[in-house]
Amino acid sequence: MRKRIRKQIIKSTWDDRIFDLITGLFLIVVVVITLYPIYFVVLASFTEPVNVNSGDLLLYPKDITLSGYKKVFGDSRVWSGYFNTLLYTVCGTVYGTAITVMAGYALSRKDMIGRGLLMKIFVFTMYFSGGMIPTYLVINSMGLVNTRLLMIILGSVSVYNMIIVRSFMASNIPDELLEAARIDGCGNGQFFVKIVLPLSKAVISVIVLYIAVNYWNSYFDAMMYLTDSGKYPLQLYLRTILFQSQAASLNAETAMADPEYAEEMKTMAQVVKYSIIVVATAPIICVYPFIQKYFVKGVMIGSVKG
Amino acid sequence: MGSKRKFTNLFKSLKRNWLLYVFVMPALIHIILFRYWPMFGLQIAFKRYSFAEGITGSPWVGLYWFNKFVASPRFLEIIKNTLSLSLYSIIAGFPMPIILALILNNVKSEKWKRFSQTITYMPHFISTVVLVGMMSLFFSPSSGFVNTIFKWFGGSGQIYFMGMPEYFPHMYVWSGVWQGMGWGSIIYLAALAGVDTSLHEAARIDGANKFQRVIHIDIPNILPTIIIVLIMNCGSILGVGYEKVYLMQNSLNSGVSEVISTYVYKMGLGRQQYSFSTAIGLLNNVVNFLVLIIVNKLADKFSGTSLW
Repeated sequence: MRKRIRKQIIKSTWDDRIFDLITGLFLIVVVVITLYPIYFVVLASFTEPVNVNSGDLLLYPKDITLSGYKKVFGDSRVWSGYFNTLLYTVCGTVYGTAITVMAGYALSRKDMIGRGLLMKIFVFTMYFSGGMIPTYLVINSMGLVNTRLLMIILGSVSVYNMIIVRSFMASNIPDELLEAARIDGCGNGQFFVKIVLPLSKAVISVIVLYIAVNYWNSYFDAMMYLTDSGKYPLQLYLRTILFQSQAASLNAETAMADPEYAEEMKTMAQVVKYSIIVVATAPIICVYPFIQKYFVKGVMIGSVKG
Repeated sequence: MGSKRKFTNLFKSLKRNWLLYVFVMPALIHIILFRYWPMFGLQIAFKRYSFAEGITGSPWVGLYWFNKFVASPRFLEIIKNTLSLSLYSIIAGFPMPIILALILNNVKSEKWKRFSQTITYMPHFISTVVLVGMMSLFFSPSSGFVNTIFKWFGGSGQIYFMGMPEYFPHMYVWSGVWQGMGWGSIIYLAALAGVDTSLHEAARIDGANKFQRVIHIDIPNILPTIIIVLIMNCGSILGVGYEKVYLMQNSLNSGVSEVISTYVYKMGLGRQQYSFSTAIGLLNNVVNFLVLIIVNKLADKFSGTSLW
């Protein structure tokens, strides 16, 4: 009897070891596959163009150079794109967070009459929309096409974010707190500023980050609504630079006038692409590990009840 | 008498909480302007819209645009592309986060676990433009490292992955898996954190190994979460987003890469066929909505889990 039990334990530990081995290998493969492309981009951005173009760059750096970055930072469009993206991201995030937190709080209050209906009005738009063209016509009729204002306000409100705020506040701010504050003569405004906001720092950070990343990375709205290239955000320039063919990147006349320059641009093209990817993505990727826990928290709050 | 008191209570409550309505107002106005007002404009799907006559003034044409779309030579191709891309995405992309979460949940070393989480969540923050840009660089026939690696295994090393129609769905779907797998696992990890540890203890005493515990304890416990995510995925079955597909399109793969949303964009803003484009978008939207409702009903019936 005892022997059998011991045998079983040994057997199960063997099973467990195989399980650990297979899952461990799987996880290593996943991590490597995820990390390698990112590593490669950084690597290639610092490498002499010739080595990148030949395709024999794989693991370790060869002939380090900053020429790609020099080209990128020498491009005035990159600077203006960066400026625009920062403007849209900062203003949009401040505006969007304010609106979202206020609405989320109001909708979390069980004593707010009509909140069920309001909630339905908001949630319906998650599943049904007017579509691309009617939205375009509306924005056009408001005279907002090709304005910076539109780029700031268009992406500010997301119903999903509102639900996250609402769920968080509904479960983290006890009704008794409101009752007690009322007895002390504290009104809704004071309660919101002095009690709700300090208690909601975690969820506010989540929302700020969600909205900011969204602004930073979006390109399609800008492509649809902006006609003036001085207002383009960085992602739209990225698109131009990353997807233009080498031939198109060269102005035919410059190529004729200065064949050497044309040749240089041709060899540089790949490294410039890698460098600009790093320049555009680094701010988020570098900050991300420090704020990761907030993002994860957001998903968890959102998953409680959608 | 009773209703009068109810009315005064209502009035009192509104008066006391007036600020809450002020708080909701900006978001409500935004939604009305940018979400509901466009819905009013959906009527141009049934009209022959012209700029001069405006949305309300344009003449009605019934289902003309819908018929035109269904009869158009590209109809079948576009529907087929959209459906196959989204089904392939669900089949390939749906199980991966679950597997990853189950594995992460079993990692003993806290440090290694945190590290692998940080790494696998990272691609989620890369923009679509950068992602597709990276793909076209990596898979380039002349300088991409993928072809270099293929050459070691006897490949020609000259394959133009981004331009070959037969590779397009794989490129689209697996880059999506690469980007979304880690992030998608968070929701399952949250659910797994809620699994009662005494269940695992009891099973271990009964001689169940890790694999058996994953199958018989972990998976049944996160099943409601799995179903919710599946419903959400099915709800966007015709909703292949334009952002990524549009960037991946080129003249060589247009036969397999045109999906409903990119077609709507090109017909609408590219060719100014406002009514036609709106009709296609509306059709798409209605189908998505119906699929979501049906899948939700089915899930509710068979598993007791549903979105609402």
